[in-house]
Amino acid sequence: MSETTQIGGDALLARRSGAWRERLRLVAMALGPVLGAIVLSGLVLLALGVDPIAYYGYVVDRGLINPYGLQATLTRMGPLLLIAAGLIVAFRAGIWNLGGDGQFLLSAVIVAALGPLLVPYLPVWLVLLVGLAVGAMVGAVWSLLPALLKAYQGVNEIITTLMMTFLGVSFANVLVKLAFRDPATTVPQTRTLIVADRLPRLFDTTVSSGLIIGLVAIVAVHLLMTRTSFGLKLRIVGANPRAAIHAGLNVPLLTMATFAISAALAGLAGAVEIMGVQGNVRADWNPAYSLTVVPLVFLARFNGFASIAFVFLFSVLSIGGESAARRTGVPNFFTLVVVAILLIMLGITEYLDQRRRAAGK
Amino acid sequence: MSGLFTEAFLTSLVLGALTAGLPLMLAGLGEQISEKAGVLNIGIEGMMLFGAYLGFLVAYTTGSVWLGFLGGGLGGVLVAAPMALFCIRMGLSQIVIGIALTLGAEGLTALLHHFQFAQSYPRLPAVPTLAIPGLSAIPVIGPALFDRPPIVYLAVLAVAVTAYVFRSTQFGLSLQAAGDKPAALDAAGVDVARVRTCAVLTTGFLAGIGGAFMSQVGAGIFVPFMTNGAGFIGIVLAMQARGRPLWVLCGALLFGACLSATTALQVAGVSIPTDVIQMLPFAAVLMVLVLFGRRASLPPALGLHYVRGAR
Repeated sequence: MSETTQIGGDALLARRSGAWRERLRLVAMALGPVLGAIVLSGLVLLALGVDPIAYYGYVVDRGLINPYGLQATLTRMGPLLLIAAGLIVAFRAGIWNLGGDGQFLLSAVIVAALGPLLVPYLPVWLVLLVGLAVGAMVGAVWSLLPALLKAYQGVNEIITTLMMTFLGVSFANVLVKLAFRDPATTVPQTRTLIVADRLPRLFDTTVSSGLIIGLVAIVAVHLLMTRTSFGLKLRIVGANPRAAIHAGLNVPLLTMATFAISAALAGLAGAVEIMGVQGNVRADWNPAYSLTVVPLVFLARFNGFASIAFVFLFSVLSIGGESAARRTGVPNFFTLVVVAILLIMLGITEYLDQRRRAAGK
Repeated sequence: MSGLFTEAFLTSLVLGALTAGLPLMLAGLGEQISEKAGVLNIGIEGMMLFGAYLGFLVAYTTGSVWLGFLGGGLGGVLVAAPMALFCIRMGLSQIVIGIALTLGAEGLTALLHHFQFAQSYPRLPAVPTLAIPGLSAIPVIGPALFDRPPIVYLAVLAVAVTAYVFRSTQFGLSLQAAGDKPAALDAAGVDVARVRTCAVLTTGFLAGIGGAFMSQVGAGIFVPFMTNGAGFIGIVLAMQARGRPLWVLCGALLFGACLSATTALQVAGVSIPTDVIQMLPFAAVLMVLVLFGRRASLPPALGLHYVRGAR
């Protein structure tokens, strides 16, 4: 403060306008790819013979403006925020946990099977707590093999986590069809957790309290990674594992911890989705949230608060897109195209920004 | 048990291993070329899927098997070209762009399939086979290995050609250098970006043909998400083969046998849910990684963007 008073008002003004410009640059770099992706994927729709303006109008109406749509959007955010929180921990620690879908689905199936079994014996709140804890544990267990291989054998975790996802998705189906099948239904699915026994809804809305769990988790993760020594250690491992070893950090142990936290959050997301939204798992159900959340976390530059905004945007697109699939005949796969274009646009903005800065120097 | 080892069962096991293993082999071979040149190609799943779609589309509209495979290869190149542009020329993260291309190819092919074929689900006629005189008369393995569509023989030939290129050509050396020490290659006057671009486009072509094989020969139909992780298995094959194309071939046949066990067991009258069988190849991959993970070797400059003159 004393420094600025010595330099005088002009410098202060300049610095402030510089800070503003920096903030503006960050906003532009976050919103530019979004706008670009919307325009480009609109062109894809046009090529398929669908009116993009009518489509997007319908998506915004059903995902954001319509009260039921908005409540569905907010409910969808819960598990997505948990997945995003898990990805932020992993990515900041330089670990590519791409196995979130397997961790999510297996936890969902086991929680769905466990919930109705516990209901007759335990009070509802305890069932929910046990469900959340078990979900987190299942997620963490499913990441154990990639974690061990990465920490002690140096095997690339991208491959192992992807393999565990394929394995987990099939395994979840086996469990639904053979072990946890509800004998009362013809279609293979688990027993249904009745609405009264699910996570409570917020106030008078249909929004699940999973949203609160998600928000708390992502803020906690953000603070953990930016404000604690543990978070700093993880970030050092992420930035330069070799330097981390020389700094005396136990890199294998930190790697294991990263995997455990990241996968537990993905597992928690599965539990929240089942106990807050679905109530059961049908055979072959796989929403594949995790791989689609990866780009959102990147767009947010691993920042927890920015991730909330992007997850909200994606939830609108996803809920609106599901309604639009029934109405306009554009299948929900379209959101995959949007996300892919978004990622590429993100890359291009980053590239342009680097070049601009290099030219400015 | 007596019914399990009949000639029909063994023939269908070998045949299934070949049919399921060939796309894996092409993907693994392609990935190996990319990795050798220092590019970790996560987008290979998308390349296969787009190849499967385009190969099916071309074969369906023209009625020509060969044009179908060409279309498949082209489809793979179409997905590989953005990878080359963004990752090699612009230096963006190979993992991020790879995920993007895979997601994009999944979404796009599912959309296109929905608008074109979702009502009719057309099938392709069986691909004509070429029996090699003499060899195809051997019992069990004869009809399974030597009475196949000609593309199978070409694909196996591609393994030999790749092995030759790696070992005995200037370009093979350039590939190796681009992955091991790109700066040295640059100093020797070879354009690193060009070598890597060639490698990635070749990967796209091979993976695309692999995908087209799945839709044209394996299934006779295009289904969204039909590659189901074959590209990722290809990445593991390439890692385990440590730069040796022949190992990719052997590994692919092994995984193919796992994948095809369902059909073979059904022939033998044993019924197991398909989901159990679908776990087999991935379980096998993980087991291989657990047993030999430490020995998997990757080029030192894998995944790193090369900037001329940068330190």
